[in-house]
Amino acid sequence: MTISPSNVSLERRAWNIRRHAIRMGEVQGQGYIAQALDIADVLATAYFHAMRYQPQNPDWEGRDRFLLSNGHYAIALYAALIEAGIVPEDELETYGFDDSRLPMSGMAAYTPGMEMSGGSLGLGLSIAVGKCLGLKRKGSDSRVYTLFSDGELDEGSVWEAILSAAHYQLDNLIAIVDVNNQQADGPSTAMLGFEPLAEKLEAFGWFVQRVDGNDLAAVRAAFDAAKDANGGRPSMIIADTLMGKGVPFLEARDKNHFIRVDAHEWQLALAALDERKPA
Amino acid sequence: MKPATVAKTDTPAKPRLTTSAMIASIAGEGQRTRPAPFGHALVACAQTDPTIVGMTADLGKYTDLHIFQQAFPDRYYQMGMAEQLLFGAASGLAAEGFTPFATTYAVFASRRAYDFIHQTIAEEDRNVKIACALPGLTSGYGPSHQAAEDLALMRAIPNMTVIDPCDAHEIEQVVPAMVAHRGPVYMRLLRGQVPLVLDAYGYSFELGKAKMLRDGYEVLFVSSGIMTMRALEAAKALEADRVDVGVLHVPTIKPLDTATLLEACGKPGRLVVVVENHTVIGGLGEAVAGLLMREGVHPAFRMIGLPDEFLAAGALPTLHDRYGISTDALCAKVKGWLK
Repeated sequence: MTISPSNVSLERRAWNIRRHAIRMGEVQGQGYIAQALDIADVLATAYFHAMRYQPQNPDWEGRDRFLLSNGHYAIALYAALIEAGIVPEDELETYGFDDSRLPMSGMAAYTPGMEMSGGSLGLGLSIAVGKCLGLKRKGSDSRVYTLFSDGELDEGSVWEAILSAAHYQLDNLIAIVDVNNQQADGPSTAMLGFEPLAEKLEAFGWFVQRVDGNDLAAVRAAFDAAKDANGGRPSMIIADTLMGKGVPFLEARDKNHFIRVDAHEWQLALAALDERKPA
Repeated sequence: MKPATVAKTDTPAKPRLTTSAMIASIAGEGQRTRPAPFGHALVACAQTDPTIVGMTADLGKYTDLHIFQQAFPDRYYQMGMAEQLLFGAASGLAAEGFTPFATTYAVFASRRAYDFIHQTIAEEDRNVKIACALPGLTSGYGPSHQAAEDLALMRAIPNMTVIDPCDAHEIEQVVPAMVAHRGPVYMRLLRGQVPLVLDAYGYSFELGKAKMLRDGYEVLFVSSGIMTMRALEAAKALEADRVDVGVLHVPTIKPLDTATLLEACGKPGRLVVVVENHTVIGGLGEAVAGLLMREGVHPAFRMIGLPDEFLAAGALPTLHDRYGISTDALCAKVKGWLK
């Protein structure tokens, strides 16, 4: 059972996700909000177009699994989980507080819909390989979607997993890498250059698509092809995204891994978003 | 580490031994052994438990997992020489309801893959069984393969059960116990022709339990792993010298059997000697010492273990003598302390 597409457009879902994320940022007073804004379109597509799940039963065996390898994007995933009805909306206000089920870094142990503890970075694809092997073992047609960040391409274990997924022909693995070209110490291309990325991944035996990660139509088409046109290979969607997407003054702000947002700016961000509310 | 220079003397030089192969057995000459107890025990468990799968990072043959592979080729996952991938993937398979036994050498699990074990297995509470060969000083290959600190590292991980079995008899029982226990487990593993000792003591393994193999009123060896074998030999040798020596076998390093340890170490008038095939830092010795201090139990207390040094390469018998964990060395130390 997929979440009913109903009459809510994908654009509106992405906008809702952005809105939930900004509100959580405001609750905390800080957060990886620029990343949440850049990945909202990918998350909307995953949760409202591609994936199969039951909101009231996040552990449903028949679900597609979603692994958040970049644990610091928890704010973004919570926004999607709230929108999907997997996390109750009244918990949004608890984000980052003591005893909350929504900690700043994604934890598998106690957050509904959180399938791994991703804070350390670089772990998700290896876990995904194991899950995909297990799903094939069970004869399940569920898929594993793994989101990770471009900085994680620096971790050797990520390439171990990339080799392994191709070696085991894990066509039930769909990975999405958020290429926003920003990591802790600066632009990713200046830290440890990974381009040309698509060519590398193709050489590693993956089905690769590179899209504008903030073009919903392109992202949706990529998710479809990842399922239907992978030629028996694991799929990688390289999503080029713009940090802060959806809030012009944040898009324009100096690129920083942990973006500065002053206390009064959260309301300004919401107002800017509200001006662009889709039908 | 520079090799010592050989001094020229008039007396005939002691023959210099050569480093044994990686795959060589720890068993002494003429010692009773059983072949590949881990591999065979895993096969036996897997026959009735379809969730068991075997995984390795290019060390299947060297961890006796090839026995499992031969019996269940489609349940065996070769991950290549990629230990972080191995344990992350084990976490994923466990999340999907399987019981993965993931093998490599103790050095690689406890060093290279530590974050993955800590985060993807222990913190996520996955039912992964980590079984690692070449525990402590069981290789003369050098520090790259001598896991002197694995128990200290694994002990420090919350939610991790840590086992250091003595011999083939015990390993055969540890495997089903690991399967029966729900949660992550780290087990040191002996491979190939593994010594067989504890069957003669009517011993049976119970997770979390320390057991007195023989009692003695002057000295109590508290030991785990292969050092229990050595402690038993030393106890017999010391008996010939009229020293009465007991041996308490502590195969489960975490959780420690605090009740048995406190009772045994609290018996008055006895020298307690913890012996471990592990650095003196952070292993069984310090665990027991910490326990005794916390609980106000103060026996005469000594520790025998590997020194806080990068260990030399060379022949194992030479190294065990040099680092004080051979049976002869145990006897000599104890006699010295009793003077």
